[in-house]
Amino acid sequence: MEANREHRHDHDHGNDHAHGHVHQHPLQGDFKDVPRRPGREQLAHIEGWGADLDRKDRPGVPMERTPPRFIHQHEGKLPQQPQNVEVLTSTERGNAITPIFGTVQPPSGLSGMLRRMAFKWSENDLRHWLILLAADRINVVEGVGEDLARGKVPNVLAEMGIKSEWQYNRAGLVKKAVIAGAVVGTVAYLLRRRER
Amino acid sequence: MLAMNYRGPYRVRADHKPDPVIEHPGDAIVRVTRSCICGSDLHLYHGMVPDTRVGHTFGHEFIGEVVDIGSDVHKLKVGDRVLVPFNLFCGSCFFCQRELYGNCHNTNAQATAVGGIYGYSHTAGGYDGGQAELVRVPMADVGPMIIPDDIHDEDAVLMTDALPTGYQAAEMGDIQEGDTVVVFGAGPVGIFAAKSAWLMGAGRVIVVDEVEYRLEFVQRYAQCEVVNFRSVNDMAEHIKKMTDGLGADVCIDAVGGDAAGSIAQTLTGRLMKLQAGSSIVLHWCINSVRKGGNVSIIGVYGPTFNAVPIGNALNKGLTMRMNQASVRRHLPRLIEHIRAGRINPKGIITHRVPLEEVADAYHIFSSKLDNCIKTVLIPPSAREVKAVQSSAPQ
Repeated sequence: MEANREHRHDHDHGNDHAHGHVHQHPLQGDFKDVPRRPGREQLAHIEGWGADLDRKDRPGVPMERTPPRFIHQHEGKLPQQPQNVEVLTSTERGNAITPIFGTVQPPSGLSGMLRRMAFKWSENDLRHWLILLAADRINVVEGVGEDLARGKVPNVLAEMGIKSEWQYNRAGLVKKAVIAGAVVGTVAYLLRRRER
Repeated sequence: MLAMNYRGPYRVRADHKPDPVIEHPGDAIVRVTRSCICGSDLHLYHGMVPDTRVGHTFGHEFIGEVVDIGSDVHKLKVGDRVLVPFNLFCGSCFFCQRELYGNCHNTNAQATAVGGIYGYSHTAGGYDGGQAELVRVPMADVGPMIIPDDIHDEDAVLMTDALPTGYQAAEMGDIQEGDTVVVFGAGPVGIFAAKSAWLMGAGRVIVVDEVEYRLEFVQRYAQCEVVNFRSVNDMAEHIKKMTDGLGADVCIDAVGGDAAGSIAQTLTGRLMKLQAGSSIVLHWCINSVRKGGNVSIIGVYGPTFNAVPIGNALNKGLTMRMNQASVRRHLPRLIEHIRAGRINPKGIITHRVPLEEVADAYHIFSSKLDNCIKTVLIPPSAREVKAVQSSAPQ
């Protein structure tokens, strides 16, 4: 063991060599090779410790089990939900509609056109997701337009929770306002200078 | 009815919308009494989930009272007090037949990787969620569970997602007696994962986060060790130091794509959306767990791709398990734990907010203001019922 402690190594430590210094590493053998495990008596104060130590008490073990427990199974074929609005369907299921589906916010406008385009590609294709993300951003602008068309000016600051920001993070809000003001002011100044 | 209304990234408000109706004979309409904001709602709120449409109502953690049923509903009746698992499932498909209720193949026409989830974008089926006064609940005989009389509303609402998800995270870690378990993320799911790790016989439970008040909370609530990743130089190196150089037996990712902790991951994953969120926590899990150890992923990522050190996972011989929680099958056991006093779900609720103030509720939760851990939204109709009940003659 003592011989081991004399271990030295000779790889390059840059300037160390110039000073004749050989860096001493700790030895792997100094570390435990078996993890320390606390005993049950040390864990007795933990509420509920070990209640599900036995895998039989873990309801999700194994992950797949059949027949299914805890549910009332539907007898026979599931009734098909009637389709009264446009629902986009995945090519990975052959564009088939499922027995049950969501019907809220059907595709509409320019974002809807993009969403329809996205569904030409499967979930396996990056284009599907990138086009959907682009549609989401366009949809935000459409949402503002819809509000205005209904005579409602969206209170964007309230929607972003400015009241709670003022209540709980006043200094942060002031800081953000100062930074935003400085950025807007600088851009305005530069634009005006360019016009001249 | 009043409902949360998504207007764009970081913008939501409470708005009036048409009441939901029965669209399928297996549907019920539930009047919501309590709903929560989940950490995974923040992925939607931050604009990270593709096909999140303006006007959508979020909310996949809710309980309520049945107010209408379709012609094919036989196990529920009007007036029943129910908790509704976050995943919609049919109970009949190949996957439901294997108790994979979070992977149902019959409730989401728009994608195949993910099943239907209430209020979780059109990628998860296009169903409005429970941050509203009323919700359409399909397959009402299969999914919802009547809440036992001795279970408190606030315990019940946490059993719709956060508690079973945290429990399943620990379960997927295949914890053995004395194991060292590292949970990344001290949000509600991470807190419940830490608590569940003890139930499964862990020897050490270490929770990692950057938010000091959350670390203080979980240290107290789950009786665990905590590490603030801002105070360590290198996460994997630190965990190895804490575990005699070997690494943890089990690492749990309870954060997902919204993780902080790496400038490169934040830039590419969260800001530029070049990957499906920041995968720094998964990176830490793979590099902090011991050889032959288990990594359990319960944090939510987007549907595209992430940069993770999969080569290290191979070289270390890791087992990686992940899934959306199969909520329904965990409920009976979790109710036993609540009744036995082993776990107190409602103890993590810090904020009870009227639905009308949903914009501030989201901002507080997202920005971690006012020591927020878990927020419950209370619709006006639920408050009116309570007021009527409390003023009724005794």
